[in-house]
Amino acid sequence: MKKTFSIGGVHPDDRKISAGCAIEVLPTPKTVYISMAQHLGGPAKAVVAAGDKVKTGQVIGEPTGFISAFVHSPVTGTVKSVGLRKDLAGIPVVHVEIETEPDEWMEGIDTSDTLVTEIPSDPKFILDRIKANGVVGLGGATFPTAVKLCPPPDKKADILILNGAECEPYLTSDYRIMIEKSSQIVIGAALMKKVLGVGRVVIGIEDNKPEAITSMKAAVAGLAAGSPDYSGIEVVTLKKKYPQGGEKQLIDAITGRQVKSMGLPIDVGAVVQNVATSLAVYDAVQKNKPLIDNTITVTGECFPKQSNLLVRVGTPLSSIVDWLGGVPESAAKAISGGPMMGKAIANLDAATLKGTSSILFLTEEQTRRKPETNCIRCGKCAEACPMGLEPFLLNKLARNGMMEELEQNAVQDCIECGCCLYSCPAYIPLLDTIRMAKGEVIKIIRSRSAQKK
Amino acid sequence: MNKLIVSPSPHIHSKTSTRSLMLDVVIALLPSVLVTVLFYGWSALAVLASCVISCVLLEYLITRYLMKRPSTIGDLSALVTGIILALNLPPTTPWWVAVIGSIVAIGVAKMTFGGLGQNVFNPAITGRVFLLISFPVAMTTWGGAKGFIGGADAVTGATPLGIVKEGLLQGQTLDQIFAANDFSYLQMLFVNIGGSAGEISAIAVILGFIYMLARRVIRPYITLSILVTVAVFSGIFWLIDPSQYTDPLFNLLTGGVLLGSVFMATDYVTSPMSDKGGIIFGVGIGIITMLIRYFGSYPEGMSFAILIMNSTVPLINRFCKQKKFGRA
Repeated sequence: MKKTFSIGGVHPDDRKISAGCAIEVLPTPKTVYISMAQHLGGPAKAVVAAGDKVKTGQVIGEPTGFISAFVHSPVTGTVKSVGLRKDLAGIPVVHVEIETEPDEWMEGIDTSDTLVTEIPSDPKFILDRIKANGVVGLGGATFPTAVKLCPPPDKKADILILNGAECEPYLTSDYRIMIEKSSQIVIGAALMKKVLGVGRVVIGIEDNKPEAITSMKAAVAGLAAGSPDYSGIEVVTLKKKYPQGGEKQLIDAITGRQVKSMGLPIDVGAVVQNVATSLAVYDAVQKNKPLIDNTITVTGECFPKQSNLLVRVGTPLSSIVDWLGGVPESAAKAISGGPMMGKAIANLDAATLKGTSSILFLTEEQTRRKPETNCIRCGKCAEACPMGLEPFLLNKLARNGMMEELEQNAVQDCIECGCCLYSCPAYIPLLDTIRMAKGEVIKIIRSRSAQKK
Repeated sequence: MNKLIVSPSPHIHSKTSTRSLMLDVVIALLPSVLVTVLFYGWSALAVLASCVISCVLLEYLITRYLMKRPSTIGDLSALVTGIILALNLPPTTPWWVAVIGSIVAIGVAKMTFGGLGQNVFNPAITGRVFLLISFPVAMTTWGGAKGFIGGADAVTGATPLGIVKEGLLQGQTLDQIFAANDFSYLQMLFVNIGGSAGEISAIAVILGFIYMLARRVIRPYITLSILVTVAVFSGIFWLIDPSQYTDPLFNLLTGGVLLGSVFMATDYVTSPMSDKGGIIFGVGIGIITMLIRYFGSYPEGMSFAILIMNSTVPLINRFCKQKKFGRA
């Protein structure tokens, strides 16, 4: 029997309509805007000023604090300004504006297509390159990868899981790289395996992507035949179910271990990285190439041209969309990410980030929420919740501001996957109220543990 | 496109709505309705029309003029209540009795609590039980209805359960009763004249059950736990004394066990949320039903059993929570 996570989940229609589109390279735009807040943790500090000449791959932002990351110039050109600019949600963030010229790469970056399969023997070298080249998790949270690969000394990982589930409808960027860059992903996995010192790597892919499974299996077999560095890597087929790509769900599906409430994957000996992150690790370590571009799916039934594009970080969304023919008349909502967990884009002039995985256009018909009606106590939300929570109850408690009861009923465990609202026949905005209550409860928990210390 | 909509995730919905779920229940009820109308004729149609029209109209009037809110009849739950109530009544029920049943079902059991989702007791059963107590003669007379097919056979005096109860009270053994009345299990499975409208065909109800399972409207646990409990409970007694206690198959195929376990005990609002809770609920209904059938003064106990277990639902919900992820 194919593996999947043990509690809840839903089966939204796939709609991977851009799956057949090979990755194209988007021409570098005239101007790029690179955000200094591309990752979880402290925003980077800009180290260039207006008028500076920069080369492709040059550091333009330095990390502030332990959880932070380097930011590099994705282009060659002249810095026009360093200042506040609106991000996807319309919130002002420090961006570096660069007017582009033809590429001139920083020295030491290997821009050839040659596959480098030899794994460096020194884990510290690998880790330094991952850190210096600004690699962050590309599965959504953009957590700095180097930090995630250095678990605290009292905790030991025994398995590295590569997330190739791509369980959100519409998204196909991970699917495309698993087909087109499978060897690089496997090499990235072997590099991280070396850093973590684990013996086992599992690449989890859902069964709706047979071509990706075939191509990844072939890449693993090919590399394992050549070097012992690639032993212990396997591809596991997962039964399609959303949210399989959720970190806790994926660990449960593959190892049967459940991360405790408020715990981290490392508590059960697991580290999870996205396949796109693994590709970025390959580039960073084997090619010394910083994370300055990524694959983005541009899709939606109402969008005229489905595509998977290799885009430089900092490209304005509007220039991507215009290159493909412009925003369709019938589009009512643009989403960065998938339709279940992605964020609605308020500002199409915003620039892409390292972690941008897609631009999805939905029509009003596809995205409209009907008015809320009475709860009919069908229990479909509880059936769907992958964390085993009772959304109907949490919703009621949240509306009455009952913080203690919310905590007792584990609102803090909510992963905001949206399964409850997706399946509610009464269209009750369950996740909206639960998300707000979760924020409040986590604040209370934090202040309590801070007092204890 | 001028302005993009910005709202929190998720951005898509399963498209399952209260209305679509209720519509599926109506479709699942169609085989039973069809059999009823074919075998009980115009009088069954009149009962059905009285119940449906009065349930829907009453909900409309109460929401619009008493609660001064938008009407909720569009969610089709009043339609479902009307059909289920009709299937619970003898086909010869006078129209005004059916209307009174509807008033109790919708007006008292449902709307006084605040409408769909708020009621403690299943509206249709509440209406039925009210009529059973208030109009015992009309509610236990099954004669005179003339079907579109089946002709004169449609004239029968009492339900198999009623005949058995009566016979046992007069000191007959089950063998004598069965021989005298020519009971056939095959007939019970397909069309068993004598009984409330929806109780006459087991197959029709089972078809509806399969449809609702396939459409994921309900989960099977409540229904199956009732049926298994009825079978096991009656099986034990039947093995002890087959001359006094009816056998499991007879108990499953007669009366309201099938109709009740498929369409009434599975009502979302008045049944437990979790599967574990549903099983406890179902076992309770099965036991109470059989206790009434074997030892009570009424020949049938399904309605009472469901109502009694309805009242335990909040308690069951409190104690039967599903296992949370990563918590022992």
